[in-house]
Amino acid sequence: MEEDNLKKDNLKIANIKLKSRLIVGTGKYKNFKETANAIKESGAEMVTVAVRRINILDKNKPILTDYIDPKKIIYLPNTAGCFTSEDALRTLRLAREMGGWKLVKLEVLGDKKTLYPNMIETVKSTKILVKEGFNVMVYCTDDPLLAKKLEDVGASAIMPLASPIGSGLGILNKVNISIIVKQSKVPVIVDAGLGTASDATIAMEMGCDGVLVNSAIANAKNPVLMARSFKNGVISGRDSFLAGRMKKNIFATASSPIDGLI
Amino acid sequence: MAKIQLNGKKITIKSKASIYQLLKKFKLNNKKVAIEHNGAIVPKSNYKKKYLKNNDKVEVVHFIGGG
Repeated sequence: MEEDNLKKDNLKIANIKLKSRLIVGTGKYKNFKETANAIKESGAEMVTVAVRRINILDKNKPILTDYIDPKKIIYLPNTAGCFTSEDALRTLRLAREMGGWKLVKLEVLGDKKTLYPNMIETVKSTKILVKEGFNVMVYCTDDPLLAKKLEDVGASAIMPLASPIGSGLGILNKVNISIIVKQSKVPVIVDAGLGTASDATIAMEMGCDGVLVNSAIANAKNPVLMARSFKNGVISGRDSFLAGRMKKNIFATASSPIDGLI
Repeated sequence: MAKIQLNGKKITIKSKASIYQLLKKFKLNNKKVAIEHNGAIVPKSNYKKKYLKNNDKVEVVHFIGGG
């Protein structure tokens, strides 16, 4: 790839173009200031947000939009915490009414202990949302058949989990993620379970189009520094993927020429 | 007077108040919220036209930090 083309290496989801392939979650931080600093340092242009009841009695509390300007950073409304299709749809319809958001992240959970997605409800919800005009990025298991199914019903991006949400275990099934990357025509963004920057690098080297990270940054001792680390990890992984790695050999190949050896 | 449920809490408001007036009463910025009235989403353009009556349920939501 020529230098000019490298500069144009954008991530395109639905009709949105992003320079950064790192999407960051806004949960679990100590306070909004830390959230804002971490996002800034991560270079992310898109962040996930949750929809919740407003605290009527304590309106003087700071709110997310005071710290992260939705005009500068793209808000990706997420259905985190929804265990039924009905709740997820309700949440995203409200999110759309709030600010006209059409690009959303769907997450329908199936089990409280593993937070694994309920794929039957997820497929069902994706179909309905697509019909209603949403562009849906879909959190899913790393099953290639189900990932394909989501693409077939109109998902704008496939978001397979690396490992359970907040576990920090990294990519547990690289083979499946590779199959999903190879077969998908829409962006594949690894979501959930990354623990440290090298996990993101590995995902990007495998050809994933992006990664979504929350806990690994928010739960680090120094979240702002970890945000930068993830930024660099994603860039490194993407560059390695585009550069095309050398072949692996089981025997050594000398780096210096034999000719002229004294 | 009308008794309604706002975000799960019982409150009393003056009768025939609109959603717009309810937001104003609680000093809520209508640009940063979305509203559900008895289970149905109320478009922003209808806040002034939608009147509240006894036993209505209103949910006011906004964006918070999340993964």
